[in-house]
Formats: sequence, C-alpha cells, structure tokens
Amino acid sequence: MLTKRIVPCLDIKNGRTVKGVNFVDLRDAGDPVVLAKQYADQGADELVFLDIAATLENRGTTLDMVVRVAEQVNIPFTVGGGISSVEHVDALLKNGADKVSINSSAVKRPELVNELADKFGSQCVVVAIDAKEIDAEWFVHLAGGTIPTDIKLFEWAKEVEKRGAGEILFTSMNHDGTKNGFANKSLAKLSEMLNIPIIASGGAGNVQHFVDTFKEGKSDAALAASVFHFGEIPIPKLKKELKKHNIEVRL
Amino acid sequence: MKLVIIDYGAGNIKSIQFAFKRLGYDTLLSNDPEEIKAADKVIFPGVGEASSAMEMLKESGLDKLIPNLKQPVLGICLGMQLMCLHTEEGNTIGLGIFQTNVKRFSDDVKVPQMGWNVIKDLKSDLFKDIKESEYMYLVHSYYAEHCNETIAKTDYGINYASALQHENFYGTQFHPEKSGSKGAKILENFLNL
Repeated sequence: MLTKRIVPCLDIKNGRTVKGVNFVDLRDAGDPVVLAKQYADQGADELVFLDIAATLENRGTTLDMVVRVAEQVNIPFTVGGGISSVEHVDALLKNGADKVSINSSAVKRPELVNELADKFGSQCVVVAIDAKEIDAEWFVHLAGGTIPTDIKLFEWAKEVEKRGAGEILFTSMNHDGTKNGFANKSLAKLSEMLNIPIIASGGAGNVQHFVDTFKEGKSDAALAASVFHFGEIPIPKLKKELKKHNIEVRL
Repeated sequence: MKLVIIDYGAGNIKSIQFAFKRLGYDTLLSNDPEEIKAADKVIFPGVGEASSAMEMLKESGLDKLIPNLKQPVLGICLGMQLMCLHTEEGNTIGLGIFQTNVKRFSDDVKVPQMGWNVIKDLKSDLFKDIKESEYMYLVHSYYAEHCNETIAKTDYGINYASALQHENFYGTQFHPEKSGSKGAKILENFLNL
C-alpha cells in the first residue's frame, strides 16, 4: 500500500537554514545538507526547502544548495519560495530538485501552473496554498500569509488541480504555529474533492496530531518544522506510533 | 566501468548521476550512438510526458539504437514505460522491448501515485539482497500491465508491474536513485549484472 508521508520543512535564507534547530550530535545545524541527511537517515519520506529570502540575487546561492542536497541526499525533495518562471523551475530541476512549490506566483498568474505541468509534468508541480478561515469561509493569502485575497480556498484548489498541479500543500494560517493540530475538517474536504495528493501543514504539536490528520484529515502527507527541528517528535518514534494506529508508513 | 546515461532531454538526470557517484561511479551523459554502444552499462532515464519524450528519441535516432543494445540497460520510470509496446499517455507507440502496455490509473485512486510503496514477488538478480515488500519511491500516473516479464509487483488500486526484465533490458517504475539505501542497493546490483 502507498504509505503516508512525513515531511520535515526547512526554512532557508542565503543557503543556510534559519529558525532554531536543536539536534544532538550535529556540528553544523545551519547547513541544510547536514540537516537533510540527518532527516533522511531518521526515515523522513521527503523534504521541503522553503527559501524565505528568495530574491533574484540569491538565486545562485539557492541553486548551489540544491546541488549539494541532491549530491548527498537519497530521498526526494521539493524547493519553494519566490518561484515564478518556467526558466527558474528548469534551473532548479536541472540542479537536482525533484519538485517545486509555487504559491503567490500561481495566484498572480494561474497559467504558470499549466506551463509548468506541460513542460515538466504534473508530478513535479506542488501548489502551496496559505489560507485563513474568516467567518466560516477560507480565504487564500499571499506573500507568506501577509496579503489577504478574496479567493476562496476550495475553488482555488479545484482550479489548480484542473490546471495540472500534481499535489497541494495546504497551510492553515489559523493552525500554523499553534501546535494544536492540523485543520483536519478542511483537509478532509480537500482530499475528497480533489484527486491529487494533499499535504497537511500547520499545527503539528504531538504524535496524536499526525494520527488525526491521516485519519480524520485524510491527508496523504504531513509537513512540520519545529517539532522535528527541536527533537520534540523524533521521526522514528512518530512512525512507530503511526504504525500502531494502523496507519501505513515506511519503517 | 563505463556507465552511460542516455541524454535525450528528459529531466532529473542529476539525481541519477549523484546516486551512482555515491556508489563511487562516474557517469557519462551522452546521445552519441557510438558512445552508448561502447558502454558497459546503460541507463535510460525519463521524467515528463511520453509522446514528447518519444519524439525526442526519434529525432536523435535513439529509438532504433536502444532496442539493439547488448549490454545491461536500465530504464527508470518513464524510461521503463517507453520500453513497452504502447502507452496511453499521448497515445504513444513505445520501443516494444517489453511485451506489455502502459495504462492510466483509474480515478478510484489519487493520480499521480506519489510516495513510497512496496515491491513484491521479486524475481531478478536486480533485487539481490532486497527483501520482499521493501519500500521504493514512486511518482507516476501510468502503470505497466503484468506480462511474462514482470519481475516486481506493486498494488495501487490494481496490481501492476513495478519492474520488468527482458534479456539484458531492465525497467523499474520506481526511482531507485531516490529510494534511500535500498534503492542504492538496486543500482549497485545493476552494476554487478
């Protein structure tokens, strides 16, 4: 059976990981390659690198990081942040990224999803959606959640699937950072409505939250950052617990 | 050992090169028929859409060359699918090395299949020291139907051929280069064939 995926997310700035990372026996916790290898060894199924300071000037630094990750890490990884052109995606994939994640640029120019899917195949096009629930309605937000739009989450998700997205990474802004669990009701609705995989993001605080998002949220994968970076939830332990709950995982 | 990766514009070749590099082997990217024929082992990669990939193979005459290679050849993902008779993707005639057809997954399952799934009923030296039901990384919307040449099986809605072998030709639907240490072992096995 296809397993549920556990996906650590690393925030990258100028080719280094940012936000605190607290790993035992790690000489350089700021080096994305060192961290990525550690996660791969622990049993992470996939990795996401989010370039939070993505600018034209930094593009070379990010590409260099992508090559170094691809050189040393033997599991798939996605790169996101500031991606808005076919040329940029071409460069990332040629340097060894398996998938790219686009967010604001897809909202600004939805044809980008078609262009990427046509040129590189849907399998490498992840559309990330940040949304916030306001009066029982979910609205898409841009630029890392700072700019609200009047676009509705479920309509937008359906549209990007039609345009060729291979996967949706849904971050609930209401849950992100709370450590109170994922937005499972909306995740389940997305999963039932669409026929592409859904990655849950925002809200992971304990093992039960992962169980819940796979069972109640019908998520195909779960992404988290701090609970992994600070060793609050070791990945091997998480996967064993998921297995105990009869959730199919790769051990 | 001279290890050549067929270069016809299909993506994600870097990952394959790095995977062999981690095993201690350099690879040569080439579309030169003489160079490919002279290789000890040949890798036939593929990511993207079938009909346009097939067009690129035809433009460079590689569609005639590949089926006549005598050394071990490993097709990966779309590479494997293009080695079959026909694929529903873009209604494309394949190289006809494997006597089977490639179909799209039904919408009863999420398409593409994306992630780690198990390979079973392993039947080839390609899987030496790989245990039954080992996890491999897969990303695909189309699958090869079973035939006599099936050497690994996977379930996703239906049971399909996740690896094929005909004489010196091998194909894996999964990505050994992205499947952790077990995937690396399969690549190593291929080098030892």
